[in-house]
Parts: sequence; C-alpha cells; structure tokens
Amino acid sequence: MALIRTPQIPDPDGFFAELIEAQRDMPDLDAQMMLAKLVLLLANHIGDRTALSEAIRIAAGRQGA
Amino acid sequence: MLKTYSYPEFAYRQSAEQRDGRPLRHPVVIIGAGPIGLTAALECAARGLPAVVLDDSNTVSIGSRAVCYAKRPLEIWDRLGVGERMVEKGVSWQVGKVFFRDDLVYSFDLLPEAGHKMPAMINLQQYHLEDYMVESCGRNPLVDLRWKHRLISLQQEADHAVLTVETPDGVFRMDADWVIACDGANSDTRRMVGGEFSGQFFQDRFLIADVVMKAGFPTERWFWFEPPFHPGAAMPGGRHAPSSVLLHKQADDVWRIDFQIGWDTDPNEARKPENVIPRIRAMLGPDADFELEWVSVYQFACRRLDKFRHGRVLFAGDAAHQVSPFGARGANTGVQDIDNLVWKLKAVIDGQAPLALIDSYHDERAFAADDNLLNSTRSTDFITPKTPTARLLRDAVLELAHDEPFARPLVNSGRLSRPTPYLHSGLNTPDTESFGGLLSPGTNFTDAPVLDADGCAGWLLNQLGQDFVVLSFGPAPVADIRLDNGVAARVITVGKDVQDVQGLLAQRCDARPGTVYLLRPDQHVAARWRRFDGARIRAAMAKSLSH
Repeated sequence: MALIRTPQIPDPDGFFAELIEAQRDMPDLDAQMMLAKLVLLLANHIGDRTALSEAIRIAAGRQGA
Repeated sequence: MLKTYSYPEFAYRQSAEQRDGRPLRHPVVIIGAGPIGLTAALECAARGLPAVVLDDSNTVSIGSRAVCYAKRPLEIWDRLGVGERMVEKGVSWQVGKVFFRDDLVYSFDLLPEAGHKMPAMINLQQYHLEDYMVESCGRNPLVDLRWKHRLISLQQEADHAVLTVETPDGVFRMDADWVIACDGANSDTRRMVGGEFSGQFFQDRFLIADVVMKAGFPTERWFWFEPPFHPGAAMPGGRHAPSSVLLHKQADDVWRIDFQIGWDTDPNEARKPENVIPRIRAMLGPDADFELEWVSVYQFACRRLDKFRHGRVLFAGDAAHQVSPFGARGANTGVQDIDNLVWKLKAVIDGQAPLALIDSYHDERAFAADDNLLNSTRSTDFITPKTPTARLLRDAVLELAHDEPFARPLVNSGRLSRPTPYLHSGLNTPDTESFGGLLSPGTNFTDAPVLDADGCAGWLLNQLGQDFVVLSFGPAPVADIRLDNGVAARVITVGKDVQDVQGLLAQRCDARPGTVYLLRPDQHVAARWRRFDGARIRAAMAKSLSH
C-alpha cells in the first residue's frame, strides 16, 4: 500500500497541541524517548511494510537543511 | 521618522456637570476611546442610547498597532455606518505565504466566498480606523466624547456606579447606570473592580516596525520561520533561538514588519532606529529605499477576565481578554463583544428583558474569548516552541511541508480570526427540523446580494436594521411579530421585500418555500423553522431575551 501523503487529521491544530503538551514538562531525553515510542506505536498500527519503508525514506531524505 | 499621517489633537472641553459641580446620572459611560470604546459609542447611539466616552488622552492610537480587520467586524462597522470608508482606505488581501529558511513551503488563499459585501480581510492602520469613528461620533448627538478625562476611582452601588474623574480642571464625580470598560489590556477599571485576569504569559519579544516604501512585494501576508536575514540568537550547542518575521501591507505604502527578537534582547536598545534599520536592510537588501514611520517592542500574554460583568461594569475587548497578535484576534474579537452586548443592554435598560440577558453576554463572549485564546495560544506555541523537542517537531513539520501536503495544515503562523458561533447559548432555540448549511442557531447571519423593495441592488445585511427580524422565504401572514413587552420583529419576506437575485441567500440558508429565520438584533440566528408559526416565533424571541 502506498503511503498516504494528503492531509487526514481532522483537527490538525488540536493534534499538534496535544503532541506538544504531552512532552512539555519532560526532560529532553524523556521527550525524545516519547517520540521514538510514538513512532513505533504508529508503525505497528500501520503494519504495511511498503508504507513504512516509504515513510522512512521520506523522513530520512530531507533532514537538517 | 517619516510621517504619512499627522495625529489630530482633539480639544479638551470642560463638561457642564464638572463646571456646575452637579453630578449627572448617565445611562452608559464608556471608558476608553480606542477601537472598541468608539465602536461601543456608535453602537449605543445606533440603538438610541446616549453614551459618554471618557479617554485620558486627546488623540488616536499612536502607531498602527492593530492592522488586520476581518469580515465580521467590518459588517458590524458597516451597520454602524463606518465600514465602507474603512474598506475603501484599507488594503484587501487574501493570499498568505509561509517561508522556512530560504524556502517557500506553503501558501494559502483565504478564498473568500463571492456574494458578500465585505472582504475577507483588510489591513488598515488603527489610527485611520479610530479617526473615522471619532468623526462619526462627533456627528452623532447621542455621543459625548470627552478627551483628557481619566477615571481615577469607581464605586459600585446597587443599581449604578459612581465614577471619580480627573480632567485638567480637577476632579469631579459622575454617576452611571452602566459602565462599559474598553480601556485595554492594562485596564485600570479592571483593577478598580478587583477582576481576576489570568492565563499564560509568553517569554518572547517582538519588534514592530512600520516602514514607508514603494516595494514590489505583492499585497500578501508573508511569514518567515527562521529567515536567513534574521537569525535567532545563538544558543549553546550551535543552535539558534526560534526566529520569525511577518510582512504585511497597509494603506499609504506603509508596510508592517514584525521581527521576533527573543526574550533576552533589551527592548530599549532594540527599538532605537540605529538598531532597527540594519535589521530591515538585511531583509530588503542594501539598496532598498525605505523610511521608518513607527517602531515598538511588545511582549504578550493570553489572559481572560473571570467574569465580563462585575456589578454595573461590563468589560469588552482587551480589557476582558488579551490574546497574542497572531491571527488578528484582538480588535476583531472586541468589536464582536460590543455587537453582542449593546442590544442586550438596551433591552434591559428599556425594561424589556431581565438582568439575566446581560449575563448571557458573558456566557456567549467568554465562550468566544476561550476559542480565540485556544487558537492564539496554539499559534504562539508553534511560532515560539517552549522545549527543544517541541522545536524539533515544529521544524520537522516545516521541512516536510514543502513536499508533503499532509504536513501543510499543521503549519501554524496564525489562524485568522473568524466569528465563534454561540452554539451552546441559552438564548438559542434549537432546531426541531433538519437544516443543511452553516447557519445553526447562534451563528452570525450570512450576507447575500439582493434587490431591495425599490429594486435597487444592495446587500441583505444592510436590510436588517437594528432590531429583531423574521426572514420569511414564503408568504407571511403578518408584517411584524410583537411581544407584550413591546419588543417587535419586522418581517422581511424574500421575493417581496427583497429579491434573492442570485439565489445565494436561499442556498446559504438551505431555505425551501416557507422556511423562516428569526434573527437577533446583532444579526445572529435565534431560531429557524420550515413554516411560519407566530406562536413559535414569539416563544423564540422571548427565549433570546432571557425570559
């Protein structure tokens, strides 16, 4: 299955606020650990290896301009 | 600095009540002649309420300050007779561009729906806007605008407030049945009543420069995250503090530039022209021909007053709620406060509604303020991330936005002000029949092009007037609906009193033959039905008066 790259989240500002809020009071390393766990949780939810590989390729491609 | 505008100096006049030492009892005294206080004065006058306005200065806003005005406030000002002039002078715009470093990552178009009198958004210096309203107040016999009048204390009695006011001629006393406090974010009136003003304070500073130039930029809102020409302060580990710049066009070739300069920058140094000009030159290039008109440094908070009514004092605008500037939610929200408040005040003063109607002002407008605060806080958190991980997520969104459409709705450089519908208001009569479209009870009513009764081309909102209206899409058995207490709703029949020339009105209302909308005096939907029923209309009118 191809990776979905069009907007799907119905409440983008609310989602982003929740994501920020979840790590607001954490030390940096804990916050990064939270993001790593989040990636793994969502990856498992998606499951589709083709989609995951495409996501990894895109995320790695445009790093640190 | 160059001046495209010369500030008027309004004459101080001693009032008869101060000269004679005989306190008068006024129905309404408004504190502050800023955009909200002046709107309140015009709104009171439009509804037949005499209003005294006290202001401690004697000119308009120094500097452009509020710049963007949205469609709904423009519609309110149009009802008060000053909107057209603002639109004529202002700069209409609808495209926004967002840059990250050197890259255009995202552009949006407000895509205003056709068939509305007022544009989606205009930019206009606050001083022009105030100037127009001061002129209009001056022509209105019901408005008594008093410059160099400072409120120094306020005492609440059971059914009025006692005001102690200082002028160049000394101190005198006035009495007011009602006070509308529009004296801004640092409201003294709020302190006098002991109102609790709480929320979030942001540790960041912004430098605003108004620059006069003939520039080739299009009339668009341009927002840069991490602009190369304005890097954030260096931080340990080789990173930079978050940085942003906003560019916006105003009237008379004046451009607003906002630089995020960080909490550690000394505001007094930053605002000196010798420090401002190099920042602008870095942005516009070494050959740019510009002159500074006004510079200011601000920091901001997102705060709300606990109750918008404290006894006989009603708070509106920044005095009641302070938001960050991203999204143009300050003045725009304040004008809608007044739109909501004054018809209620008039009904209560006239004995046509109980005091509870005034408290619905808090219910409806505090709900709107909370919506604005939420949006404004989210924009601020995106623009100035609070933690390194929040910054990382923010920068990831911006990097992805260029190629990945999914990331674009997450980019938040300010969500532009839109009216908050009062969907849960106790004044609404909920639908009992099914309706499509966007005009649920509690929503501000739509405009549409119409022909009026004389066959002249015009706009629906201009036909509504200042009172309740029953808009009927079928033959109506009566010309008006009256309650026992004297409140009346005029019936406007579509097809007879107005012609829906393009069919847009019926479409926006999801109207069928016989559909009826009841509109409040502030042009909000109170109730709607599929057929005309006088008893139900009367019950809904009574409900929207808190009976």
